[in-house]
Amino acid sequence: MTIVSDVIKRPTLILEPPSRWQPIDLREIWAFRDLLITLAIRDVKVRYKQTALGVAWVVLQPIVGALIFSFVFGRIAKLPSNGIPYFIFSYAGLTLWTAFSSTLTKSGSALVQGANMVSKVYFPRLILPLSTAFSTLIDFTVSLALLAVMMLVNHVHFTLALLLLPLWLVASQLLALGFGLWTGGMMVRYRDIVYVLPVVVQFLMYASPVAYSASNVPHHYKFIYYLNPLAGLLDAFRWSVFGTGWLGVPTTAYAVIASLVVFIAGAIAFRNMERGLADVI
Amino acid sequence: MSSRDLAISVRNLGKVYRITHQAERATTAGEAVARWLRKPLSRSAIQNFRALDDISFDVYKGDVLGIIGRNGAGKSTLLKVLSRITEPSSGRVELYGRVGSLLEVGTGFHQELTGRENIFLNGGILGMSRSEIRREFDNIVEFSGVEKFLDTPVKRYSSGMYVRLAFAVAANLRSEILIVDEVLAVGDAEFQKKCIGKMQDVATTEGRTVLFVSHNLGAVRSLCTRALSLASGRIHMAGGVHEVTTEYLEASLRASTNIIDLGGTRRTGEYGHSLKVQRIAFNRGGPLVHGERLTVRIDYEAYAAVSGCSFGFGISTLDGVRLISFDSDLAAERRDVEKGECATVECEVDNLHLQPGRYSLDVGARSGDSGSVDYLSACAVVEIIPGVRTPGMIIRGDGGVRYPALWRLSADALSENRHRAVGTHGFM
Repeated sequence: MTIVSDVIKRPTLILEPPSRWQPIDLREIWAFRDLLITLAIRDVKVRYKQTALGVAWVVLQPIVGALIFSFVFGRIAKLPSNGIPYFIFSYAGLTLWTAFSSTLTKSGSALVQGANMVSKVYFPRLILPLSTAFSTLIDFTVSLALLAVMMLVNHVHFTLALLLLPLWLVASQLLALGFGLWTGGMMVRYRDIVYVLPVVVQFLMYASPVAYSASNVPHHYKFIYYLNPLAGLLDAFRWSVFGTGWLGVPTTAYAVIASLVVFIAGAIAFRNMERGLADVI
Repeated sequence: MSSRDLAISVRNLGKVYRITHQAERATTAGEAVARWLRKPLSRSAIQNFRALDDISFDVYKGDVLGIIGRNGAGKSTLLKVLSRITEPSSGRVELYGRVGSLLEVGTGFHQELTGRENIFLNGGILGMSRSEIRREFDNIVEFSGVEKFLDTPVKRYSSGMYVRLAFAVAANLRSEILIVDEVLAVGDAEFQKKCIGKMQDVATTEGRTVLFVSHNLGAVRSLCTRALSLASGRIHMAGGVHEVTTEYLEASLRASTNIIDLGGTRRTGEYGHSLKVQRIAFNRGGPLVHGERLTVRIDYEAYAAVSGCSFGFGISTLDGVRLISFDSDLAAERRDVEKGECATVECEVDNLHLQPGRYSLDVGARSGDSGSVDYLSACAVVEIIPGVRTPGMIIRGDGGVRYPALWRLSADALSENRHRAVGTHGFM
């Protein structure tokens, strides 16, 4: 399928049997950008309609999580937290983690959830999972604002490293989308991915420095530990927020590049799985 | 721009669905792995189903093309390919202009969102940009007639309001080609007329191209200029709307048989013991045509003497609501049936006023003194098809019976009768 420019007497669109590999049509996704935003807005609106606390849920989840972590890991296990109050330390980790995991699970199930739309109307299917990242960003902004308040109250200082924060956020979202796109395409055929995904997500949380600091990881395991790009991104995120714990350029650059690669691979896999989608779904 | 500009060109289009046999198909990954471990080299039995086969046609700008055919003829698949929901297996389609498709009313509508929010959502899904929707917003609201409820969640809408709002969004889609599936089957008659009118406007005054799929020949005739009839994935006939629909009607008349054997059908209780209805034949096996004469023959066999026997049959909706009962009793026709008698009774109806559609049939025989001797409820489905005298505006789902009545609408007739109360009502 190719879109030919609007020359008169030239077809606007030619439909032919698909060839083996489909490139990702960025121009088409751009043309549908409004739908992307509309779907993200719908997502957010629907989530908080008819809930008593509304937007408060966005921050309640990480707050409760951080309370538990600071009690279990900070008080009982007495793990170090790079000199930052344990609650704020784990809350910061949870903001990025929540954004990652919610995009991963939502983008994974976006196709199955939108099955009705997929079988009734055409739009680039990538829009569905991509829109979940946009709705995550709205939640993320709210919990980040609360983090800033906490830091001001506790006199934790901001540094210039803060300027790089969006980079870690975008990278972690790309990583989540990459996995989400891949599982999403699979889920259409095999619904049991629905049950596997939560287990994987839980494993990932403990395999990444969310509830604890990576400085607790024994030195000889560090190489394997940081193969998980999310570990590097979480550390980089905390560095941007607190100004301490910089991992060095190689590990951080690896995390960002690996995330990008996962995203591109996921998008290509998705593009090629979406072909027979309306027929299977 | 001349009206002969191409809008859609379809060449040798084919669509093959691969059907894996139900028992063979893995729906969970575990199953797929287990199967592969057992038989790593076997491939599950796959059957190819040719939903579209070598379809070629052209549609010109401003044409309103009706696509007709029985269920499974490939109409919906064709629309799905043209609206890019599914990809073709062979052939080529060229589209000249943006395509807007309406295969379902209100795709993506969300129950919790308000009417206003859903307009933006649905418009976006149909391919409109937010600024386009904002531009058309007033038109959409006006057409839908739900301005008072714009800020109410659509879950509180009546189904009529819901459909009106959804159609209004799609009708204001600014695409050069509009593809509409049988979406008019929902909604009330008045709104259906409004929709057909809107689609006519779209084609004639705005010069846009419309593809319209429907089972309803009346709607196709009143809306379309050209038609395409599909049968088993192939083009059966293409041409002017009148010739194609007439041909289609005649072909379906030829195909239907209306002789229903009931001898082997199981009865409950005592039914069928003393007398059994063996067969009911409508129009000697010919079709049941709206507005035409209907003859019914009931064959029975008696195993015992039945005094004062009367016969009858009833026509119900598919949900089982009885619409009409025919009884020989009512005409004071009874017969003393002797033991061993095999005979036929006949019934004639001058004008069949049931709406075209599918109905459920009940048949029975009653003895004057001891109640029903045979009764079969919902023993067959009969189809009533539109006839040549069926008006184009009869749309499926609009009531069950068009009852004939005497009407006076001209001024002369009214003034002649002004001292008399005009009390003739019709159930329209």
